[in-house]
Amino acid sequence: MNNMLENSTGPSVGSSGLSSRRRFLDYLLGTSAVATLGAIVYPIIRFMSPPQVIESTESSVIAAKLNEVPVNSGKIFKFGSKPGIVVRTDSGELKAFSAVCTHLECIVQYQPETKQIWCACHNGHYNLNGKNVAGPPPRPLEEFKVNTRGDEIVVSKA
Amino acid sequence: MQDWLDERLSISAVSAMAQKKEVPVHRHSIWYYFGGMTLFLFVVQVVTGILLLLYYRPSSENAFESVQFIITEVQFGWLIRSIHSWSANLLIATLFIHLFSVFFLRAYRRPREMTWVSGVVLLFIAICFGFSGYLLPWNKLAYFATKVGTEIAGVVPIVGHPILRFLRGGDDVTGATLTRFFGFHVAVLPATATVFLAVHVLLVQLHGMSVPPSVSPENVKKMKFIPNFLLRDLIGWILAIGVLAALAALFPWELGEKADPFAPAPAGIKPEWYFLFMFQTLKYLPAKILGMDGEVLGIMAFNLVALLLFVVPFLDRGPENRKRTLIFKVVGVVALLYIVVMTIIGYLT
Repeated sequence: MNNMLENSTGPSVGSSGLSSRRRFLDYLLGTSAVATLGAIVYPIIRFMSPPQVIESTESSVIAAKLNEVPVNSGKIFKFGSKPGIVVRTDSGELKAFSAVCTHLECIVQYQPETKQIWCACHNGHYNLNGKNVAGPPPRPLEEFKVNTRGDEIVVSKA
Repeated sequence: MQDWLDERLSISAVSAMAQKKEVPVHRHSIWYYFGGMTLFLFVVQVVTGILLLLYYRPSSENAFESVQFIITEVQFGWLIRSIHSWSANLLIATLFIHLFSVFFLRAYRRPREMTWVSGVVLLFIAICFGFSGYLLPWNKLAYFATKVGTEIAGVVPIVGHPILRFLRGGDDVTGATLTRFFGFHVAVLPATATVFLAVHVLLVQLHGMSVPPSVSPENVKKMKFIPNFLLRDLIGWILAIGVLAALAALFPWELGEKADPFAPAPAGIKPEWYFLFMFQTLKYLPAKILGMDGEVLGIMAFNLVALLLFVVPFLDRGPENRKRTLIFKVVGVVALLYIVVMTIIGYLT
């Protein structure tokens, strides 16, 4: 095969010139194959990664009416797209935290018997300052500021 | 007619191969049935899954209601849906039995390493099937299971967060997650499973059934696969249909309450039984181990075990060696005991 090609190209082109020409063509073919593959794969990979949705910039929200949160109880409220929890302690003090467990993101609840915030998924406990006191949670819950306006409980990011 | 077909499809070659297939008969032969049983349950999944597709609607607004519609309005909908759920669970169970029997009988030895590897791939595909299918009814348990499960993937350093966003279709578990899981469950996973299943079964035909090293090969009797073994398989499959129908009728699969992204995780929430041993482990891990988050360490350990599972045949190679055989047996028994004990504790607490 090689011989035949060499014969047909005439005396002016030596075998080394031919093989370098072949190498050049192989190189062109290889790079264009890679480029074509890249042009196909890249959009596919980008397509699979979901676009960033702009987070709501809400910094405060009406969490509940005062009478919805009696002493020694808690209530989940929407803070933008995330859940929060507002708790009224035995002494009547209002506290608000992110309701997303710091362990594996389950939603926590107030446990009146233990007077703690509890995550049912892996039995994590937080005290009423949001501190992780038992079970697997590695960090405290994010605490929010609580104000009352009339009979409304207003929660805002600290 | 037969000649015409044979010329084009080489049927006689295939049937000659099938006629030649033999199954060794010895005291461990019972374990040969579990691969075929798993395959049968997979077929049940395909059939019932396609039926469910006729009515299921994959969106956060419609999914729960459409499953409700299937089990209350559609004729025999409760049956098809329950069989799909029960068969999925039995499939995982027979898969685990198949895995451990192959492990303890050391059927993965040369030249069957790739049969083992393709089998482990199929195990993980089955688990992905279970995990993605669990979300589809869009109920509370499924919602939190998916939250926790995808968060576990997100805990893995570096690659974790991109994987989490890819799985969820965003930062949170939403309708976008449901749409993705639906796509994985009915398109990506079935296609992948079919390829690996074909390879797995083909390799079994190529190498024949493995005779355990503990059985002396001289006095092993053989049984024709067709019809002797196949008929025995068939009895098993008919029994399986009976068991599935009984389970579906006596213990119809619960639908639960519709998922609510703003409700606390229900008390007593638990994952499916085949995730229980990992779930229970996560519960026991303290918040911090050696300065690292406990769950990160636990999850990395499980990942490592999963990787080790792939390389079992490459670790246990070379000539017979009493010591090594013993080590593998002990590791296998310990792993099995750990899974069983943790599953029971997880179930009871």
